[in-house]
Amino acid sequence: MNDMDLLRLLADDPRATVTELADILGEEENTVRNKKRELEKKKVICGYHTVINWDKTNEDHVDAMIGVSAKPERGKGYDKIASRIARFPEVSSLYLMSGTSEFMVNINARTMREVADFVGEKLAPIDGITATVTMFVLKKYKVNGITMDMEAEVEDDRLPVSA
Amino acid sequence: MDYEKLLSDSAKKMRPSGIRKFFDLVAEMPDCISLGVGEPDFQTPWDIRDMAIHSLELGRTKYTANSGLKELRTEIGNYLKRKYNMEYGVDELLVTVGGSEAIDLAIRALIEPGDEVIIPEPCYVSYEPITTLTEGVPVPVPTKEEDDFRVTAEAIKNAITDKTKILVLPFPNNPTGAVLRHQDLVEIADVLRDKDIVILSDEIYSELKYDQKHESIATIEGMREKTIVINGFSKTFSMTGWRLGYAAGPKPLIQVMTKIHQSCIMAAPTTSQYAAITALRDCDEDVEEMRRQYDMRRKYCVRKLNEMGLKTFEPMGAFYVFPNIQSSGLSSDEFCEQLLEKKKVAIIPGTAFGASGEGFARISYAYSIDHLREAMKRIKEFLSELKGENTDE
Repeated sequence: MNDMDLLRLLADDPRATVTELADILGEEENTVRNKKRELEKKKVICGYHTVINWDKTNEDHVDAMIGVSAKPERGKGYDKIASRIARFPEVSSLYLMSGTSEFMVNINARTMREVADFVGEKLAPIDGITATVTMFVLKKYKVNGITMDMEAEVEDDRLPVSA
Repeated sequence: MDYEKLLSDSAKKMRPSGIRKFFDLVAEMPDCISLGVGEPDFQTPWDIRDMAIHSLELGRTKYTANSGLKELRTEIGNYLKRKYNMEYGVDELLVTVGGSEAIDLAIRALIEPGDEVIIPEPCYVSYEPITTLTEGVPVPVPTKEEDDFRVTAEAIKNAITDKTKILVLPFPNNPTGAVLRHQDLVEIADVLRDKDIVILSDEIYSELKYDQKHESIATIEGMREKTIVINGFSKTFSMTGWRLGYAAGPKPLIQVMTKIHQSCIMAAPTTSQYAAITALRDCDEDVEEMRRQYDMRRKYCVRKLNEMGLKTFEPMGAFYVFPNIQSSGLSSDEFCEQLLEKKKVAIIPGTAFGASGEGFARISYAYSIDHLREAMKRIKEFLSELKGENTDE
């Protein structure tokens, strides 16, 4: 079995069952199950995510992106600061960036107050962090390749039979 | 008014499309699962659509040159060189309304009453009626399952007469998915080398190949001067509705085709032409991704059909599989009609693509894998119920 085939199928549909995958790939279910486990163990597959448009629920929800300026530590670069930031459960993603600030931190919280508290009490005090710029997300148009609240493209409108 | 008397004989003689009959049946069953389309399921890549919108914003809404935007023809030349090592200058290229217009032009430019057109079958449905319309004589050459539906040099040789003017070479093939190998092309070239016969090489599926890169007969020694290559944007870039194709060939032939095109079409749609430049320049990766998807579906369908007892050869091109349905004991028409009626799955009888398609059916895999899985499940059920009935008798 080609790993890429399995990965592509799962990237398209993380909910696909082992039975379905085995059927599509023409493999035994056990082979697919073992391969999937192996890829998970090796962290090639890092997770299966559900993309939710929280705006459509009654839940309070605020996302923010925070540019974080930091000074690297001798001998360790940015990795130690990064691991400290990444451990907070509010942090949904963390990237080392080129450009004006060193890190880009994505925060999922319930209120703006929570974000402010996170930045003031948890993030900014970390040794080595010199400045933060907090940007609140006002509206999401596309998340992880999935468009939200946009006019949908036409469904299959082909003639059912054509030459 | 006596319309029958008014209508031209040659127009009346055109055989109605075999697809049409089936289309009418399917139209009455809107909730059926169709595997009957001859066009991709993917949306046109966004970059192409974006360029079309941009061209409209800039107000590019007028006719282009008859033979198509020079910039587009230059880009087609670059593309043919880059992909297939073919050399065509801007005056050897004509931009048409789909590959189908190019087929029409080529046949009309060459055929006089009584001239023969060799047409390997099963094949796409338009070569024969256009030939009939020009009062040419279609000469079908059946391709066979045991040859993986490749047309052989021998069969072509046997079909050639003093009146042969065109050999249609429709590969990768709709409906069989067959492709020609280098050796096939060389052998066909050997048959044609000393003959004044034009090859109408319909290569519209050239980018949908799953074993090796496409090779055009025009690149075989001595064949360029005999060949009109037809290609287009519909299948490769999923642009069927944009109606854009092209012909590449020797200048004297392209010139006459352009003259006919001037009178009946004027020029291909302007917006589509601007969009097509982007397609040729920037969309290799989109095409590669589509091919990957098709390839997975292709393997899936071939395996499933063989598993359920319909012998299906592995096609290496286009997006069709062509299972042999003879083990069902039904004719192609019966098989497809009953499958539609009992399981609401629409596939096309092989006979819609020529008499030699009897015993086969065309299944298009230009559908999502979920759609294909459901359809395969139903075909399997259909076959086991059929078997059950036969045992009962």
